[in-house]
Amino acid sequence: MEEKIKAKIMDDKKMKRALQRLAIEILEHNREAEKLALIGIQTRGVHIARRIQGLVKELEGVDIPLGILDITMFRDDLHMHEHQPAVKKTRIDFPIEDRDIVLIDDVVFTGRTIRAAMDSIFELGRPATLQLAAFIDRGHRELPICPDFKGKYLPTSRRERVKVMLQEIDGKDQVLIMEPKGF
Amino acid sequence: MKERTFRQDHLLGIEHLSVDDIETILETAEAFIEVSSRDVKKVPALKGKTVVNLFFENSTRTRSSFEIAAKRLSADLINFNSSVSSLKKGETLKDTVLTLEAMNPHIIVIRHSASGSPHYLTTFARSSIVNAGDGFHEHPTQALLDALTIQIGPPSLVPVEFEKLGATVSYDMRGGVKNADVVMMLRVQAERGASNYFPSIREYRNRFAISRELFALASKRAILMHPGPINRDVEIETSMADSEQSVILQQVTNGIAVRMAVLYLLKGEVHETLN
Repeated sequence: MEEKIKAKIMDDKKMKRALQRLAIEILEHNREAEKLALIGIQTRGVHIARRIQGLVKELEGVDIPLGILDITMFRDDLHMHEHQPAVKKTRIDFPIEDRDIVLIDDVVFTGRTIRAAMDSIFELGRPATLQLAAFIDRGHRELPICPDFKGKYLPTSRRERVKVMLQEIDGKDQVLIMEPKGF
Repeated sequence: MKERTFRQDHLLGIEHLSVDDIETILETAEAFIEVSSRDVKKVPALKGKTVVNLFFENSTRTRSSFEIAAKRLSADLINFNSSVSSLKKGETLKDTVLTLEAMNPHIIVIRHSASGSPHYLTTFARSSIVNAGDGFHEHPTQALLDALTIQIGPPSLVPVEFEKLGATVSYDMRGGVKNADVVMMLRVQAERGASNYFPSIREYRNRFAISRELFALASKRAILMHPGPINRDVEIETSMADSEQSVILQQVTNGIAVRMAVLYLLKGEVHETLN
């Protein structure tokens, strides 16, 4: 489907501010920083998590561990695809038992990705708490999932798509709303 | 990273695969290695799918490897063993497979001594067919797990050497092993009449077995591979089989990841349009 840009929502400055606020909120909410760990959901969630990890280090001087999670194996729509989606790597090198885990993704939409991520994490152990940070919350939840921390709430229509672009992947930091051509 | 799509309905051999297909399988397998290192070694990817292990030839390790791979993906698996099956009662291969298919499996993994039998199955079967060894022909998941083991082995080996697919045949072990990055021994397959090809095991051992002294000629970080089961002190000296350079057991672990990748990517749906 061909898309065109409907609106530019955030530029690099706004994104930086939102990420800083996310890092501060996560720290405020989790008093014991040494129990804290971040898990980024492949692919963009990982880069956002990495930035938050860097900001926490800048703010408090603590190194919090970072894990990478691929949720493909836990998707609930595998049978609906003609071809299997690519499996990416999961790498969580620390025990999640009794830790405060913050799951991080770029956009939370239906909530199904987060449901899959939760299933996947509980196969790995039992965290003390599991929290969710979403850079963009675009509404339209199909499951009872609500982020604890969000960079921005962005009401959208279903046919639109929120595109979070990151320096690390796209060479540029910005958030766009895309819509199908012809609308 | 480039998004790849695997478009094969079956895995009959390596010869039918494109470089892209092979890379997709190996990348997927690398992701699956992690699953096998977890406490809970199970993901729900193939929940509700049925895999049939149809083995007309004994191969305990290949069968177990497919079995573990299927189970770690949450598929249901049944083992169909020819020695206790209706084949003993005179049923043809086709009828056996048609009967199994009436039970609606998604994937049939077949091991048969007749070359081309997996291909024959695809002419009438509706399930995805995986070749788990067809006699003198191919054993694609073995080839893939070997490739995976080499790829994630010493970084010095990664693909450059493999792109020049030209092989040299040598009957001189010393010359052959010299400066090699990978030394892969194969088993003397007595059940396929291998011993008819040389005078005695003793002579074979003396001329061809890999010893410490011989392996010392290989490159510094060389690895020693063997698909197993090994015949200690026939093709491989005990001290070498248990040495640090030996990745024989790693091959077994990687075999599960490769078979998980194959089962996951095939998924058990034959796409009519692609046939």
